[in-house]
Amino acid sequence: MSTTQLLNLYRVAPEFHLCIAGILVMILDPFVGPARKRWLGWLAFAGALFALLAVHRAYESQGMAYDNLISTDTFSVFMHVVVIVAASLAILGSIDYLDREGIQRGEYYALVLFAAAGMGILAGANELVTAFVGLEMSSISTYVLVGFRRKAAVSNEASMKYFLLGSFATAFFLYGIAMVYGATGTTYIDKVQAALQASGSIPSLAIIGLGLMFVGLGFKVVIAPFQVYGPDVYQGAPTPVTTLLASAPKAATFALMLRVFYVSYGAASEFWFWAIWISAVLTMFIGNLAALVQTNVKRMLAYSSIAHAGYILVAFAASTALGIQAVLFYLAAYVLMKVGAFLVITHLGQQGEKRLDIQDYAGLGMKQPVLAVSLSLFLLSLLGLPATAGFLGKFFAFESALDAHSVHGVAIIWLVVIAAINSVIGAYYYLRVIISMYFAEPSKDYVPSSVAPALSVAIFVAAAGTLYLGLLPSRVLDFARAAADSLPLH
Amino acid sequence: MLLSVITFLPLLSVAALLLLRSDDHAWIRRIALISSLFEFAFSLVLLFRFDPSNAAYQFTEYHRWIGDAISYRLGVDGISLFLVLLTTFLTPIAILCSWESIQTNVKGFFVSLLVIETAMIGVFVSLDLFLFFLFWELTLIPMYFMIGMWGHGRRIYAAVKFILYTMFGSILMLVAILWLYGLSGTFDLTDIQQYLATGSLPHTTELLLFGAFFLAFAIKVPLFPLHTWLPDAHTEAPTAGSVILAGVMLKLGTYGILRFCVPLFPKAAQEMAPFIGVLAIIGIVYGALVATVQTDLKRLVAYTSVSHLGFVVLGIFAFNATAIQGAIYQMLNHGVSTGALFLTVGMLYDRRHTHDIKQFGGLATPMPILMSFFLFIALSSLALPPLNGFIGELMILIGTYIGHHVWASWASSGAVLSAIYLLWAYQRVAFGEVTVEKNRALPDASTRERIILVTMALVILFMGIASPLFTRRMEASVENVLQRVNAPVNASRPARIPCMGAPADAQTTGSSTALAAVQTGVRQ
Repeated sequence: MSTTQLLNLYRVAPEFHLCIAGILVMILDPFVGPARKRWLGWLAFAGALFALLAVHRAYESQGMAYDNLISTDTFSVFMHVVVIVAASLAILGSIDYLDREGIQRGEYYALVLFAAAGMGILAGANELVTAFVGLEMSSISTYVLVGFRRKAAVSNEASMKYFLLGSFATAFFLYGIAMVYGATGTTYIDKVQAALQASGSIPSLAIIGLGLMFVGLGFKVVIAPFQVYGPDVYQGAPTPVTTLLASAPKAATFALMLRVFYVSYGAASEFWFWAIWISAVLTMFIGNLAALVQTNVKRMLAYSSIAHAGYILVAFAASTALGIQAVLFYLAAYVLMKVGAFLVITHLGQQGEKRLDIQDYAGLGMKQPVLAVSLSLFLLSLLGLPATAGFLGKFFAFESALDAHSVHGVAIIWLVVIAAINSVIGAYYYLRVIISMYFAEPSKDYVPSSVAPALSVAIFVAAAGTLYLGLLPSRVLDFARAAADSLPLH
Repeated sequence: MLLSVITFLPLLSVAALLLLRSDDHAWIRRIALISSLFEFAFSLVLLFRFDPSNAAYQFTEYHRWIGDAISYRLGVDGISLFLVLLTTFLTPIAILCSWESIQTNVKGFFVSLLVIETAMIGVFVSLDLFLFFLFWELTLIPMYFMIGMWGHGRRIYAAVKFILYTMFGSILMLVAILWLYGLSGTFDLTDIQQYLATGSLPHTTELLLFGAFFLAFAIKVPLFPLHTWLPDAHTEAPTAGSVILAGVMLKLGTYGILRFCVPLFPKAAQEMAPFIGVLAIIGIVYGALVATVQTDLKRLVAYTSVSHLGFVVLGIFAFNATAIQGAIYQMLNHGVSTGALFLTVGMLYDRRHTHDIKQFGGLATPMPILMSFFLFIALSSLALPPLNGFIGELMILIGTYIGHHVWASWASSGAVLSAIYLLWAYQRVAFGEVTVEKNRALPDASTRERIILVTMALVILFMGIASPLFTRRMEASVENVLQRVNAPVNASRPARIPCMGAPADAQTTGSSTALAAVQTGVRQ
C-alpha cells in the first residue's frame, strides 16, 4: 500500500472502523442465539469506541483524502467526536431497551453504526455528491431504525412518514447540487467558493441551488418551515433511536450546512442571512410555543429540539468564524443534554413506552431520586441554567451573534433578543416536568424498576459532560475555535 | 482565599449532607446548622479584617477561567460586606426556624437552603459579570424548589410565577452583559467601568443597557408595577423560604442597581431617576395601602416589602451620600426586621396552620412572650426610634429631601402608613378577647423559638443603637459610586451634598447613644 493510500485510510479511519464493526455485527448475527444477542450491542459499542480512538488517528494525519472528496480537518474531527459520542451513548441506551421490548436484533446495532459512518462522511465531505452519499447512508439507516418496533403502529407510521418526506427532502438537496454545478461547473465545496468569487456577482442559478440545498438540509436538522414531520417521527421512533435522531444527524447536517453556507457561499452571506434569520425566528417560536402545550414528555422534548435548532441558527446567522465556534460548542452541549434527557425517558417509559406523560412522572423525585436529579439536570441545561452546558451554548451563541452586528446591523441584535425571550418561554415547559417530579403527589400505580448498568453509565457520562462543559468549557471551546479556523473561509 | 471559603463552604456542607442517610433527620439538621454557624463565624472574620478607609475592593481573588475574558474574580467593598453578613446571619436562623416545621424530604430542604446561601453570597462577591450572572441565576432554582415543594396552598403557581418573572428580567440582562462585552472586550467589572468612564458609549446604547440591567433588578426588588410575583411567592413559601426571600433575595435587586446600574451607566441613571423615583414612591404608598387591607397576615407582611424596598430604591436614586448609605442600611434593616416578622408569622402558622387574621385575636393572653416579641419586631419594621428601621428611613428621607422635597414628603407618608397597617394588624392578632376557642390553649414560645426571637431582637436593637459601626464602613464605597454619578455634572451640582452625610450621622448617633443609656438604665 502506498503512503497516499495509507494516508487516505487514516483520514477516514473513523468511518472505516464504524463500517467494519457494522459488518462484523451483521456477520455474527446469524450465529448468535437469541439469549446472547445483547452481546452484539456490546460489540457495536466497542466498535464505536475504536472509532473514537481512530478519530485521534485522523486528527494526527489531517488533510484531503481521496482526491479532495473528504476533508479531514479539525472541524471534521470535532464533529466526528460529537457524532460518535452520541452514537455510542445511544447504543448503550439501546441494549436493555431492546431486551425489554423484545426486539433484540443484530441489525439494529449495525444500522446505528452505518448511520454514524454516514454522518461522519457528512461532517467531513468536501464534495457535494460525497456529502449526498453520507446523507443517504445516515438517512436510510435511520428510516429503518425509526420503524424498528414493528408491532407498534406509531413506530410504523413514523418510519413511513420519515421515509417519504425524507426522500423528498434529499431530492431537493440533490437538485440543489445540480444547480450549483450548473452555475459554477464544480461540486467541490472549496472550488464553488473560488468560482463564485471569480464571477464577481453571485449568479442567480447558484442562489437557487443554495435555496434548494437549504430545503434538503433544513429538513434534516428540523428547522422551520420544514419541521412538521419532526415531532411525529421523534415520538413514534423507539426512544433510543430518538436519542440518536435528535442528536447525531442534526450535528452532522449542521456541519455540512456550515461548510456549504460559510465556505462555498461565504461571499453571499447577505443573501442567506435573511433566510437563516427568518427560519431561526420561526423555528424558535414554533418549537417553544408548541412544546408549551404538550403533555407527552417525549413529544415535548421533540419540540424542544426544534427550538434548540433555532438557537443554533442564531449563532449560524452570525456568518463569522466566531459564529462557527459557537455553533460547534452549542452542538456539543446540545448533544450531551439531549441524549441524556432521552436516555432517562428511555428507562422511564417502561415496557411498550407507556409511561411518557408528564403525570406519569409524578413524585419521581421521591421514588428514584438519582434518576430524577439527572433528568432535572438535563432539563435545566436545556433551559439554559448557568453552570450547565446549555447555558454556555446559548451564551456563546448570543455572544457571537451580537459580535456580528457590525456586519448585519440591528437585525441580528433583534434576533438575539427574540432568542432570549424564547428561552424564557422554554423555561415553562421544562419546569413543568420538574414540577411533576418533585411537587406532585407520587402516582400510586408506578412501580420503579432499577436502571440497567449500561444505561446508568450512559446517563452518567451525559450528566458529567453537561456539567463539565458548563463549568470548565475552555478545552472544548479552544477545540471548537481550532475547528472554526480550519475551515477555508473566504 | 477567605471569600472563596465563605462562598463555597455551604456547598461543602451540601456534599456532607448528601452522604447522610435521608431519614437521619437529626444529623441533617445538626450538620446544616453547625456549618452555617461556621459560615457566619468566617464572615465575622471578614468584617473585622475589613479596612473601612479603603474604597477599593478588598480580599480580592483572581483566577483565569474561560478564555481571556471571563475570570473568577471576587472581592467585597463597603456595599457588599454587610449583605454577605446578612446572608450568613439569616441562614442559620432560617435553618433553626425549619427545625420542626419541615418534616418531608428534610435533606432536600437543607440542601436547597445551603445552595441558595452559596449562590447569594456569590452574587454579592462576584466582580466578573459572567460569574455574577451565574450565581444570580443559581439562586432561582433552589428557591423554586423550596416554594414548590415545601410551600403552602397555591405553591406551584407561586413558584412558577416567581421563576418566570425573574428569568424574563435576567435574560435581557444577559444580552446586555454580552453587549457590554462586545464593546469592552471583557467581563471584568472594574475594566468595564474604566472603559465606560471614557464616555465613548453612545447615548441611546447607554439607555438601552441601563434599561436591560434595571429591568432585571427592578423585578427582583420588586419595584412597582413589577411586584406582582412577590405577594404570591412570599405567602406560599415555607417560613425559611420567606425569610431568605425577603431577607436577602430582594436585596440582590437593590444591590444590583447600586453595583451595576448606577456606576456603569451614570448618565442614564440620572436621566431616568425622576421616573424611577416616582415609581418608588408609588410602590411605597401603594404597598402600604394594599398591606393595610389584607386579611392574610403573611400576605400583609409580604406587601410591606413592596413599601420598604420602595424606600431603598428612592434612597439610591436620590444620589447623595446620606440617602445611599441609608438605602444600604435599610436593606440590612429590612432583611432583619421583615425576616423576623416572617419568623413570628411562621410560628403562628406552626400552631394554627393558617395565616388568616380572623382566626387569631387576643393571642397576647395565651402567648405573652411570643406576642411581646411580635410587637417589638413590628415596631422596628414601622421605624420606631431607637430601633434599626428608624435610622435607615430617616437617612433616606433626609438625603432625599436635599434634592427632592416633594419626593421626601410623599415618601414620609409611607412611614405613617406603616404604623397604621402594622399596629392595626397587631391589634387584631394580639389584643382583645380570645375570639377563637382553639387559641386559648396555644403554647407560648418554645426554647428554640425564644433563641431565634431573642437573637433577632438583639440584632434589631444593636443596629438601632450602633448604626455608625455600619455606616462608617460604607462611606468610602458610597463615595466611590457618587463620584461616578456626579462626575459628568459636577458643575451644576455644587459640593454641598457630601457634607450632609456627617450631620445626619451625628444626629442619629447622638439620639441613639442617649437611648442606649436609657436602655442600660432599664436593664439595671
